[in-house]
Amino acid sequence: MTTRRRGLSLLLVMGLGLVTASCGSDDQKSAGETDGKVTITVGCMPPKSNPKEREAWEADVAAFQQAHPNITVEGKDAFPCINPDTFQAKLAGGTQEDVFYVYYTDVRKIIEKKQAADISQYVGSVGKVKDLRQDVMSVFKDGEKTYGLPRNNYNMGLVYNRKLFTQAGLDPANPPKTWDEVRAAAKKIAALGPGYVGFGEYSAGNTGGWHFAAELYARGGSMTSEDGKTAAFNSPEGKAVLETLQKMRWEDNSMGSKQLLQWEDLMRMMGGGKLGMMIGAPDVVQSVNNDFKGKFEDYGVAAVPESEGKSSLSGGDGYMFNPKASAEKIKAGLLWLEFHELTPGQGQFNYQRAKTQGRPVGLPIPDLYGNSAPGNEINTLRKQHATVPVDNFTPYVEAQGNITNKLEPPKAQELYAVLDVAMSAVLTRKDADIGKLLSDAESKANKILAKNT
Amino acid sequence: MTVTEERVRRPPTRGTTDRRSPRKRGALQRAVGRNLTAYGFLCGALICFALFSWYPMFREIVLSFQQNNFVDPGRWVGFDNFRTVIADPAFAAAWLNTAAFSGLALVIGYAVPFVLAVVLNELKHAKAYLRFVVYLPVMLPPAVAVLLFKWFYDPGAGLFNQALDAVHLPPLSWLDSTSTALVSLVIVSTWMNLGTGTLIYLAALQSIPGELYESAELDGAGLFKRVRHVTIPQTKLILLVMLLLQIVATMQVFIEPYLLTGGGPENATVTVAYLMYQYAFNFGDFGGGSALGLMLMIVLMVFSAIYLRVSREAER
Repeated sequence: MTTRRRGLSLLLVMGLGLVTASCGSDDQKSAGETDGKVTITVGCMPPKSNPKEREAWEADVAAFQQAHPNITVEGKDAFPCINPDTFQAKLAGGTQEDVFYVYYTDVRKIIEKKQAADISQYVGSVGKVKDLRQDVMSVFKDGEKTYGLPRNNYNMGLVYNRKLFTQAGLDPANPPKTWDEVRAAAKKIAALGPGYVGFGEYSAGNTGGWHFAAELYARGGSMTSEDGKTAAFNSPEGKAVLETLQKMRWEDNSMGSKQLLQWEDLMRMMGGGKLGMMIGAPDVVQSVNNDFKGKFEDYGVAAVPESEGKSSLSGGDGYMFNPKASAEKIKAGLLWLEFHELTPGQGQFNYQRAKTQGRPVGLPIPDLYGNSAPGNEINTLRKQHATVPVDNFTPYVEAQGNITNKLEPPKAQELYAVLDVAMSAVLTRKDADIGKLLSDAESKANKILAKNT
Repeated sequence: MTVTEERVRRPPTRGTTDRRSPRKRGALQRAVGRNLTAYGFLCGALICFALFSWYPMFREIVLSFQQNNFVDPGRWVGFDNFRTVIADPAFAAAWLNTAAFSGLALVIGYAVPFVLAVVLNELKHAKAYLRFVVYLPVMLPPAVAVLLFKWFYDPGAGLFNQALDAVHLPPLSWLDSTSTALVSLVIVSTWMNLGTGTLIYLAALQSIPGELYESAELDGAGLFKRVRHVTIPQTKLILLVMLLLQIVATMQVFIEPYLLTGGGPENATVTVAYLMYQYAFNFGDFGGGSALGLMLMIVLMVFSAIYLRVSREAER
């Protein structure tokens, strides 16, 4: 019996040992802050499946560590860089990087939930911060406090297939500027034959609400009141967004019969060469080229329709800091971000190297600095080393001077989920009552906005 | 000494002994002692269950009463999370859709595997091949199967509308209409799970003594009478168990709305599990997501309790 008990104890200990080993956090490993040395973990290192970008990252880490011998940068690769399904789990499990990657969409939520460190007292050491565009920096600010730094930014435009424009007898150098022009162009493209879609639009998985917001902003509307406490989209502008889509879908038959599209669907359609237009930023063209078999030269980007002198929904990504990161780690992280994300000619702006590697150069994003010294320097380098047809983005670039970047509303995802209903209704039901859809959405949105976070 | 030898030598303890009797305690100790090796081997499984099933379940219960950012200790908020999700306009839709999905799955998907099993059982040739064909969809990863149907359902170039067109019938909107979206998801789910159900029924059918069918045939019973008077009474308990299992499984439907419709159109396919996902991962509200999960868990526990009771009946 004793032997048996001992055996049982041994089994228990082995089991627990295995469990402990498998659940061990790597805090010890990354907490190395001895003798003035500090190790930081940084998210969004390019994966090995993306060898050129990975090579560039590793070269940058080596250069940075040579300049800062006391700092070790441990990149954490992931594709995509952020997965909402694992974000909270990583925080709970203590495996969130010291410097973690975020989309603009999530920043507000992360700040509200106190899931990022306040870096206000350290951010002054980053010389470039004073030159960053205020609207871009405001994404990472809450009052006077700063919680992160941007890496990329863009605002919504109209992505269009130049090849299809030519096929349909349209002028690709003169893309639509108003929704009436979009309608006319979409009809011509849809008339090319079965399977051709003139204008594609999202209506599921919260992406419908996202594009509703983009089209509403472009018309001069707002998702919420100034204080963010009540919904403001049940307006003439909101009505116009839905009416236009309803007409294009049912009167013009230019939006294809398949709806309930989500992010990847339009990308695939664009890459497949049968979609004429969609709302999107220049990064759409990059995704279509990299992941959906499209070719840079076939696509162009213009300003979002009706946007002249109005606003465009802005988006992008950046980095925030683990709320448990020490002051030393935050300081080291800021040095890395300044080097890799914010310095003209270095890191992500090392266009000379990108060109040598055969990577695309010339997209008009990011535009972190606007019309300032570093901004102009980046634009000059971009033009100098361009590998993609820069002229295809000219309509978008030229419009930027007149467009105000407008951030996503508070409780963005919740509001987008509500507006998916209205978007899916007008695109799947010919007799959808727009007035009722908007007033229903408004009352739901008001409840969401009134809810104390 | 082996466990078997011990069992043979020691008489089983009588369950009628008085609770306070030291003999009873001794018997319990002996019973535990006798099975110590078995408990040892169970250990690994128990640890896995504890870590990956029971602990998450316990955490979910805790989280549903907390506001938690996973950085600071959670703040107890009583029933606030429940109030929040109940006030959500999508809440009622999610429960109604989930119930409708389960109901439709019973109407469409419950009888089909049984009928298939009966047909397969009656076949004289190609039984093994057809069994393999029926089981094939189960071997496909769910995501692949669902995305395959995404193409089948395409209103323009999809297989189903092409087939309708071939027989001069008008096309259907399938996923793009509030009236057909949920049914379309049930069809996908039925197709994916058909094989498992059919094989279970087939095993049950093959355990029915052949003499019963022979007697029925001698009495002049045709196929339908044999099914009605022999097959169904003999497989009654399995049918009931499968019914309960199907209810429990279909009430957790997630992957179909997540991949095919994103809950649309107009919330027509938002299910409780999908809404739970939205709360936890899109809205960053783990409290709300856990509250929904707990509600679903309670409902499923009722069905599970009935299932366990029926299973015990079946074993007798």
